[in-house]
Amino acid sequence: MKLKKKIPLIDQHDGYGFWGGKFGGSFIPETLKKPVEDLTREFSKLRNNKKFLKKRDYYFKNYIGSPTSLVKLENLSNHLGGAQIWAKVVSEANGGAHKIYNATVHALICKAMGKKYIVGDTGAGYAGKMLSMAAKKFGLKCKIFMGAKDIKRQKPNCDAMRKNGAEIVPVYSGSQTLVDAVSECMRYWVSNCDTTHMCVGSTVGPNIFVKICGWSTAQISRELKIQIKQEFKKIPKKIKLINCVGGGSSAYGFWSEFIDFDKSQVELVGVEAGGPRKSKLHAAPLSRNAKIGILHGAASYVCQNNEGQINETESISAGLDYPGVSPIHCFLKDTKRARYTYATDEEALKAHVMVTKFEKLNPSLEPSHAFAEAIKIAPKLKKDTIIIVNSCGDAKKDRDILKDRLGKN
Amino acid sequence: MNSLISKTFSDVKKENRPALLTYIVAGDNTKKKSLEILKSISNHADICELGFPHNTPIADGGQIQTSAYRAIKNGIKINDVFSISKSFKKIKKNKPIILMGYYNMIYQYNENKFLEKCKKSKVDGLIVVDLPYPENRNFASKCKKKGINFIQLVSPTTSQIRLKKIIEDSHDMIYYISMLSTTGGKLKSSPKKILEKYNKIKKQNKSKNVVIGFGITEKTIQSLKKADGLVVGSAICKEISKSIKKRQNAVTNVTNIVKRLKNKIL
Repeated sequence: MKLKKKIPLIDQHDGYGFWGGKFGGSFIPETLKKPVEDLTREFSKLRNNKKFLKKRDYYFKNYIGSPTSLVKLENLSNHLGGAQIWAKVVSEANGGAHKIYNATVHALICKAMGKKYIVGDTGAGYAGKMLSMAAKKFGLKCKIFMGAKDIKRQKPNCDAMRKNGAEIVPVYSGSQTLVDAVSECMRYWVSNCDTTHMCVGSTVGPNIFVKICGWSTAQISRELKIQIKQEFKKIPKKIKLINCVGGGSSAYGFWSEFIDFDKSQVELVGVEAGGPRKSKLHAAPLSRNAKIGILHGAASYVCQNNEGQINETESISAGLDYPGVSPIHCFLKDTKRARYTYATDEEALKAHVMVTKFEKLNPSLEPSHAFAEAIKIAPKLKKDTIIIVNSCGDAKKDRDILKDRLGKN
Repeated sequence: MNSLISKTFSDVKKENRPALLTYIVAGDNTKKKSLEILKSISNHADICELGFPHNTPIADGGQIQTSAYRAIKNGIKINDVFSISKSFKKIKKNKPIILMGYYNMIYQYNENKFLEKCKKSKVDGLIVVDLPYPENRNFASKCKKKGINFIQLVSPTTSQIRLKKIIEDSHDMIYYISMLSTTGGKLKSSPKKILEKYNKIKKQNKSKNVVIGFGITEKTIQSLKKADGLVVGSAICKEISKSIKKRQNAVTNVTNIVKRLKNKIL
């Protein structure tokens, strides 16, 4: 298994849609074959269409607010000693997280395909909130599928979705979290694929959805590369790009321009959700060595039992609370280009507290997992090492959880 | 193929009626109970489908999901599904049995081992919901080598070119999904439209047995009796749920439904 240079990772799959011959693919019911093929054809046309690219860039700049800033976390770095810690504040994007890139692109594709309805899944509620925003912006009717447990714990994002005119469909099956929301959204699409476009909220699902999402979030990386060159004149000799990984959309977006670099120069570190410290449940299929399985139309490392039943997961962060992971991250793991680890709920909370204490930054619980790793390794590294954390979400949505766990607003 | 499945179809054709195919989830609500139900309904059904339950079933509606979750909760394992099939076949050796489920279960069990076990348990056919053509070509040919029917699915969205290829690659039976829906949806296409598409499939190759499924209930079954076979699943699972809730005998209730379904197509 080998990575190719100079070809975007999203395009390094074979004719059946597999990365490295075994991750990804399209394990879908017959009914979805045609809509998936139509979407695949449309996307490959659009991504080479200059007018469409101009439109995308226009909305990225004027609607999403690209570029988001790259800032040095001076106080945190000084406090920890060792490496310099920087943050790419992707949470500055319209809506407060990276999910807006994928949502905007899907809304544009939906329009281009002449469909009036768009549906999507959501865990933390960001993917849903952003899709509802984009739907409103482009005049589309929107339905969001969300686990009943997540609706309770991410209320601020639900309020936003409703305000944007989207219908939230609560999902009561299984663990009532993201995994069930994705299943239910796919079922809805099976029944309504003739009139409705489906947006998968991360770099997961059948091959084409991994590609569209990765293509959208890659904007983060394009900005970052320019910003690093402006800050440091060239790409520094030792960089670590640390990102949380649930489905893996923000991590791919953060890394895509840097995959061709040697890992001794640019290390890619993915941080999964380890769950509560004493719990056996986790959402860390890569770092805790889950077996390959098929979930939501793709083969990837999946938390599952011997029989192939998907495990329930547990994490303080709804956005990372997912038993599977993107096939492209499986590919990056097996080719050893990226390193994957996990942070527990407690470590993420501690990181959140520390970052907000020292910096004017309010990372949500998802990127707090990435900060936990940065905080752990920074003191052991030399000053010439540059750690950049993707602060891909804002903690406003975590208000209730933080209040409950830390007793603060 | 001189399979039990094709023999069954030619037998019912002589009676001038479609085959009745029933679907239940193995282990719903217990291993023992589902075997009893299977044995009892097979007195009226021509082909029995047995689902191996998965907890992330992306193409199933509420009724079958409920049955699947219930069976898993009660501890059903894939080996139990095989043992149900084996026990069933001991007393009903001429009744075809088709296992139906999601690919991850087969993948985790190992394709070859799974098929070996199917063979030993006298399974006649397999439906894998999320392994479409052409991804299923390799597995389908493995099935053929073992003398197990791999049943291809065709849906209203299947293009003409695809249809041709799928039929070429199919074995004795093809499953036509009546409408854009998960299992158990209300029949939203007219029977006329469904039969039009059905005839298109038949026209490609008359020797293939084409069954229609999704949305088939006591109300709708009669209108589609021109087909080679009709599948009823969710309506049966619903009856099992109802019987459990009302503390009634699921075996009797489900058998009665299947009897009534059969009478409508005689």
